[in-house]
Amino acid sequence: MAEATRIRTKAEEALANHFAALASDDAAAEIRNAAFDAFLEKGLPHRRVEDWKYTDLRALVRDVPAPAQPAAFDASRDALARADVFAPLAPARIVFVNGFFVPSLSDTKGIEGDVEFVSLNRFLADGGSFLSRSQLDASESPILALNGAFVRDGAALRIREDAKVARPLEIVSVFAGSEPGLQTMRHQVMVGKGAEVTILQTFSGPDGVAYHTNVVSEVQVEAQAVVRWIVAQEEGDCAIHLNLLVPRLADDVTFDPFTLASGSLVSRNEVRLSFDAEGSSASLRGATVAKGKQLIDNTLVVDHAVPNCASREQFNSAIDGEAHGVFQGKIIVRKHAQKTDGKMMSRALLLSEEAEFANKPELEIFADDVVCGHGATCGQIDEEMLFFLRSRGLDKREAERLLIQAFLSEVVAEIGDEAVAECLDERIRRALGAPASVTVGEAT
Amino acid sequence: MLEIKNLHAEVEGQKILRGIDLTIRDGEVHAIMGPNGSGKSTLSYILAGKSDYEITEGEILFNGENLLEMEPDARAAAGVFLAFQYPIEIPGVGTMNFLKTAMNAQRKARGEPELTTPDFMRRVKEAAQTLKVSQDMLKRPLNVGFSGGEKKRMEILQMALLTPSLCVLDETDSGLDIDALRIVSEGVNALRSPERSFLVITHYQRLLDHIVPDVVHVMSKGRIVRTGGKELALELEAKGYADYVSEEAA
Repeated sequence: MAEATRIRTKAEEALANHFAALASDDAAAEIRNAAFDAFLEKGLPHRRVEDWKYTDLRALVRDVPAPAQPAAFDASRDALARADVFAPLAPARIVFVNGFFVPSLSDTKGIEGDVEFVSLNRFLADGGSFLSRSQLDASESPILALNGAFVRDGAALRIREDAKVARPLEIVSVFAGSEPGLQTMRHQVMVGKGAEVTILQTFSGPDGVAYHTNVVSEVQVEAQAVVRWIVAQEEGDCAIHLNLLVPRLADDVTFDPFTLASGSLVSRNEVRLSFDAEGSSASLRGATVAKGKQLIDNTLVVDHAVPNCASREQFNSAIDGEAHGVFQGKIIVRKHAQKTDGKMMSRALLLSEEAEFANKPELEIFADDVVCGHGATCGQIDEEMLFFLRSRGLDKREAERLLIQAFLSEVVAEIGDEAVAECLDERIRRALGAPASVTVGEAT
Repeated sequence: MLEIKNLHAEVEGQKILRGIDLTIRDGEVHAIMGPNGSGKSTLSYILAGKSDYEITEGEILFNGENLLEMEPDARAAAGVFLAFQYPIEIPGVGTMNFLKTAMNAQRKARGEPELTTPDFMRRVKEAAQTLKVSQDMLKRPLNVGFSGGEKKRMEILQMALLTPSLCVLDETDSGLDIDALRIVSEGVNALRSPERSFLVITHYQRLLDHIVPDVVHVMSKGRIVRTGGKELALELEAKGYADYVSEEAA
């Protein structure tokens, strides 16, 4: 165990106290200890750690609440009502409240033949060996280290070989209650050879409650599988949200993650993707709406370890108020990864004087026969477009909103699934403060 | 309808308009012709409310109201419409969504109820047929991937749907082939009425064969240097603008 002298901030101290209070008879105690040691080694990351330069958790996270307790059924059901981003798609749902799987609110009807699901706490009771199977080194990621130490539950999913899962599958995480708590989940997803699936991941919780979410999703995608992984992060406005997605791709896979981030006070949406075999492609996209004092960080590491793979990164962010946006995109092309095709673009709209955006593309290319490009822009709303719309009668606010919406929808449309895109566009409209559409006769 | 009195305007210290006087009565069609750089487009932008220009002298009254004090959207709601010389592409904004938003924004500003969807669809369908605007164009983002002619037709479609009382057409004929010119002109002529006035800005006379003006003005170096009937356009076509340019230079 690390010495107490290493603890430096109040938040780190809180974490140590919470960790010490965990049940000592936990079957996975040994693995948890190792993970927490890895965390203590470096503590909360800060601005002198390159990966966290613009998202200084040591400064941003003042305190960490104790691990959350399961919520009562009524409170859980009420909290879930807010997590309706994808309701029009009527997805199958695996619901977690305060980090605990709630079978009575979940619905996996009709997909049982294609998808095997078990809640991870069963494995935790068996010693949690899956935690140590993670291919990522906890010392590389404080999110992962804390996840290993505090994880309570999660989804273990296996998509059967060649299954064409027609109904999207949603992993829902909601926080319930007015007291802060720390919810920690680990999902392990295996997509079988040739399978096709859309996995939705939704986060929501109450405004005004300083709860924390830590979620790590490890996804192994077998040959020729096609996966859409769509995240809607709509946490409450005081929440801290740390999300790490770790996909590993076999050959000829298509894996397309998308993140809509509009919630939380501080969030880090990190994807660490590796191409393990040839012929695969991954398109990582995202739309960010930040306002007030929010900080929203999208960090990507795409590792081209083998030849003949293609990656696309496209992130559009609209930053208002005193909010900060961060985009870090690292593409590594290893020495033997010839014929790699990589294109990265991050664009930010700054909507106020105080809004800030840090754009950091990083290309590390060790192969010589590759096509890699990147672009990063920060700008304001186009005055010519604004004037055009106003000359047609739209007032300034409405014209601006339409242009911001258009800017973000451009990336949403690239998802290539109209129904999913419509759900996300509707939420973006809402996040931009568009008035609820009222039909004639309804208003009184 | 419109009274422009001794209008002077500059951009970044450069004088563009040097005393424009122009009165357009209800139902009249006025044409402004003139060489490049004479300030024609500037005048159209100032009417629509673009903020790049500094008005140093003069005033514009629109139905008795001080137009220069109104925001661009207030001018639109009051009935001013500018058909842009270079209509702007707006990626991500669906044409139908844009049309509905614009129509309802103006209705709201005038205290009228929003259009119902069927009513809106019917109006668009009618106007689109007249102007040969295809369903495909309506499905695309506004002006994105449109040809020059398609963009101009889309401008006139907006004009037809928004039913303004003052239509300013800034070189609507530029970039149009003969067929497109005919379609656009027919669309404009269909909108002529005793309550609606037009200010047609053009470099060439050929547009005025189709949209026959009541009054033709010649503009040069920021001033109206000659005013006449529709025959003036023909004279200009024959002689060119050389007289006016050299006259100014002298």
